Formats: sequence, structure tokens, C-alpha cells
Amino acid sequence: MTRPTLPANRPELKEFARRIRAHALRMVHAAKAAHIGGCLSMADILAVLYTQVLRLDPAEPQGPDRDRFVLSKGHATAIMYATLAECGFFPLAELDTYCRDGSILTGHVSHAVPGVEVSTGSLGHGLPIAIGMALAARSAGAGSRVFCLLSDGECDEGSNWEGILFAPHHKLDNLCVIVDFNKIQSFGSVAEVLNLDPFAEKWKAFGWHVEEIDGHDVAALERVLGAVPSQSGRPTVVIAHTVKGKGVSFMENKLEWHYRSPSDELLAQALAEVGA
Amino acid sequence: MRTTFIESLSQAASENPDIWLLCGDLGYSVLEPFAAKFPDRFINVGVAEQNMAGMAAGIALSGKTVFIYSIGNFPTLRCLEQLRNDVCYHGADVKVVAVGAGYAYGSQGYTHHALEDAGIMSMLPGIEVFVPCDPNEVRAATRLIASSGKPSYLRLSRQGEPALGSVVTDIRKPRILREGRDVVILASGPIASRALEAANALSVRGRDVGVVSVSCLKPLDEAAIRDAVRGASLVVTLEEHILRGGLFSMVAGAFAGDAQRPPVTGIGIPEQGGKTSSAGSREALLDAAGLSVEAIVARIEQSLAKR
Ligand SMILES: Cc1ncc(C[n+]2csc(CCOP(=O)(O)OP(=O)(O)O)c2C)c(N)n1
Ligand SMILES: [Mg+2]
Repeated sequence: MTRPTLPANRPELKEFARRIRAHALRMVHAAKAAHIGGCLSMADILAVLYTQVLRLDPAEPQGPDRDRFVLSKGHATAIMYATLAECGFFPLAELDTYCRDGSILTGHVSHAVPGVEVSTGSLGHGLPIAIGMALAARSAGAGSRVFCLLSDGECDEGSNWEGILFAPHHKLDNLCVIVDFNKIQSFGSVAEVLNLDPFAEKWKAFGWHVEEIDGHDVAALERVLGAVPSQSGRPTVVIAHTVKGKGVSFMENKLEWHYRSPSDELLAQALAEVGA
Repeated sequence: MRTTFIESLSQAASENPDIWLLCGDLGYSVLEPFAAKFPDRFINVGVAEQNMAGMAAGIALSGKTVFIYSIGNFPTLRCLEQLRNDVCYHGADVKVVAVGAGYAYGSQGYTHHALEDAGIMSMLPGIEVFVPCDPNEVRAATRLIASSGKPSYLRLSRQGEPALGSVVTDIRKPRILREGRDVVILASGPIASRALEAANALSVRGRDVGVVSVSCLKPLDEAAIRDAVRGASLVVTLEEHILRGGLFSMVAGAFAGDAQRPPVTGIGIPEQGGKTSSAGSREALLDAAGLSVEAIVARIEQSLAKR
């Protein structure tokens, strides 16, 4: 069975991560948009998925045997769109229209954008959809896998826990959830608002194969994400410990960067720090 | 609007120790004053609207008045059944407060556009629904629902909307923003500012146009609305909401049985028909939806031509 893959000339992993961070910073700056912190925390996860793991063909974004990626934390769009543009799903120049009047690049992820499977933005919707796709993929028998990226704040939603109960019961080993565990949500830290710990134990108790890693360690990400399906009959969850705002010192671990967009001066400093 | 709301709520809470506020992990730079002043009566419940609405019912059924606060569709549609069963059918004293009415969240996309919320909330049994157009109405509506003892919905916009008229004497009654008799525009929410602009443009052309804010959608004061439009040859409704279920439906429904009634032209946001939204500021999205001042003027001229 041949599976679609990204073009061979895609940039090297770390260079890719550097580029999407820089695009995202420029985009939120130009659009005066929010959510840069949660973009930067998931940058390395996207870089690994889109350069090493997902079997996708930008020339045929709807190919039936493709792997699926569902972004459930739909507010983290700048980095998502940057990733898809870098992969060739649409021209890089379109990133300049982010959040502009008439653009398809809305502030929450939109399935009007080539390469985006589903629109999200209301938290707690992605996992049930991903589970549906995993059920359908299993019945199609082509071996495609479904990856779903959740935020930690989003794990407050009951809809996720309904899915977390369902997926192991139905032995969906072609499903992989990644949690961007950056420890900050909208109006406080996860520990203050609604503590998730002991988090790995909860997933284990529900029957998942659990991997807990540093979400900025690209080698570890490659290892665990590349291995899916990792255990026969069990879905996988990758609890990725991350830093909200990762790569820009003044944004790291700061709640305010869920909302703020950088001034000209701060953008210059941020770009220098991510090496752009 | 958000700051006026939290100031009014804080005022009410300092007078009434039974007022509580729950938020669904939202309200950064807005709710802090309340949280600091009443730490025992404020809970950030997390991103968990169904749990928030159900808990609010439980707290209210234990004798409190509970406000729940989140963005547009989250404290309304996400937990609709909790609001219907646990709040409304129990007559629980819960106030649903949604920020981001209509297109207030502009480029954020359709998940953040609240276009059906007022109609859907109005369908719930026993709930009262308020869609204020300016800070004065926000203040009056907040004060009223804080002591009404009934399930209520308060639909807020987002930015620092300007005052569109003088003090509000009775938030349940239509409020005249501009005198005028031949054409009367009934508007709900901050879109009323476009009604005023359209009325000005029409008056330059010699039309006699009044603008009335209807912020209490339910219960709709039908008698007062009939008074407000008496003698008009055309009634126009303007809302930042789909036509079905909102102001137009309610006004048209109220007049339907009258033997003598003016024609009613409804101007609102067309149903999106399963399309995803494109980006754009609130203003750009309103214009694209046919709610620019020019388009409103043109629709009114068309209706007048048919008269
Ligand atoms: C159902 C729902 N409730 C509330 C919100 C508002 N909201 C947007 S982002 C967010 C939480 C942000 O924190 P987190 O989910 O941890 O995302 P990240 O840290 O990865 O940016 C909230 C509550 C929403 N988008 N959807
Ligand atoms: Mg987070």
C-alpha cells in the first residue's frame, strides 16, 4: 500500500519550527491578534507532525487514505496556517491576509483553508470528531491514522471525557491524542483553575497507552508520534509538557500573551530570539 | 459594555450578599474587580459550560442569584439543555451573560459569532431576554435582572460602545432614541447606532424617521411597541442576529393578529447556509451581510416605494 507523504524537499525539522514560529509572530503582530502563547507552545509538535509523521499530500488535500490532523484548540491558528503554508497547501503570501477583511484565514481554524480538516474554536469539539474519523478510517482499512491536538484548558470539557471513555472501549489504536500541556489556560493557571493532576494516571485508568514527554524535545516527539499505532487495541495519548510562549523569553509562561499582540519593538525582539 | 456590566453587578453584589458569579475560564481584564471584592462568591469553573450551568442551577435552587459569564455561544448553546431543564423548568434564579453579541468577535470566525442566541434563549420557558444597545441599557438591565428572581439572558457586545440616548427609565419598555413618525426603526443591541445613522441619512432626503431601542425582547411589551409605532406607514426592525427568532419574528408575530397594522421590514443577518465564515472586522462583516448604513437606507427606500 502506498501512502501519500509530504514533498521530499520540505525543510529540515528545526528550520521548519523556526520558520513557523516567525510566521506566527509576524501574523499576530500584523493582525493585532491574540493567542500567540498557545501557538508557540505547540510549534514543535506541529513541526514534527508535518515534517516527519503525517502522511499527507498537499496536492491532494482530500486524498481518502491520508492521515488526519484535527486541531481542537482552534484558537491557535497563526501557527497552524503557517505550518500548512510552509508545507505547500497554499501560498505563503496568503499568510499576510490573516484575520483581514474577506480572508479565509479566520482567527479560529477554518476548514475553508486547504489542509484543515475541520473548523474548531469552541473548545471540546475536536476529539469526538477525531474519534469519528478514526472509526471510519478503521472501517476503510487503509491504515490511516488520526491525530488530535488538545489544549490543557480544554481538558475541563466533559465532551472530551466522554470521548476518552469511548476510544479505548472501541480499541481505536489508530487514534493519537496530543495534549499541549502548557499549564496555562484563559483566566489562570491550570493548577489554580481546575487541576488535571494526576493527569497521566487518569488516561491510564481510562485505558489509554500513555506517553509523557517534553513537548519541545523533537527527538522524543518523533519517537512517540512516529510509532502510532503503538499498542494494538489501545489509543495513544501523548502528554506533551510544554511552555506557553516557548522561544520568546518575555512571552514564556505569561498568561497575558494569551491575549496580547506584540508591538513593533517586541516583534523585532521576538523574531531575533526565535532566530528569524 | 463589559465593564459597565461588571461595575453594575459589583454594585448589586455589594447590596445583596446572595449574588454569585461563575465564569467559564473567561473575563481576563474584566472580571478581576468582582473576583477581588467577592472572592467567596466568584468561581472560575474552568472551560466547562455544561457543568457551569448545572451548578448555577444547584446554587440558585439553594437560595442564591447566580450569574454565569462566557462568550456568545458558550454559556447558551453549549449548555442549552442544562438551561432548559435545570434552570428554566425549575425557575432557578440564574442569569446567563454572553459577551460578543452578533459579529462583535469579528475575525474570530463563526464559532465566536452569536447570531442565533437571542432567538434560542427566547424560546426557553419563563426566561427574560435583554439585548441592550448601550452602557445605559446595560446598567439598567443588570440592575433589573439582579433582583428579578427569574431566569434571564443578557446579551452584551464587547467594546466600549457609546451611549445612544439619555437615561433609561424602564428597561422593559421601548426607549426612543430619535423622534420620528412616518418610518419607525425598532432596533435591538448596538446595531441601533447604524439605525440612527440611517435615520439621519433618510431625514436629509426629507423622510421623517424615528429610532426606538427594544432591549427587552422577552417579555416583549407589545402595547408599548404599538404605541411607539402608532401612525407609522412603515416599521423596520434591525438586529445583529438572524431574522428567525429575533426581534423581527417577535414584532411581526405581535402585529400579525391586528386588523390595522403597518408593514414590517425585517433587516438582520442572512442565514449562513452551512458556509464557514470569512475573516473581517465587525464593521466589515456587517457591511457584507447587508447591514451597512447605505444598505439599510436602500432597503427602507425600497419598502417605502412599495407602500
Ligand atoms: C467552549 C469554549 N469555552 C470557552 C472558550 C474561550 N477560550 C478560548 S481559549 C481558552 C482557554 C485557553 O487555554 P488553553 O485551552 O489551555 O489553550 P492554550 O493554552 O493551548 O492556548 C478559552 C477558555 C472557547 N474557545 N470555547
Ligand atoms: Mg493551556
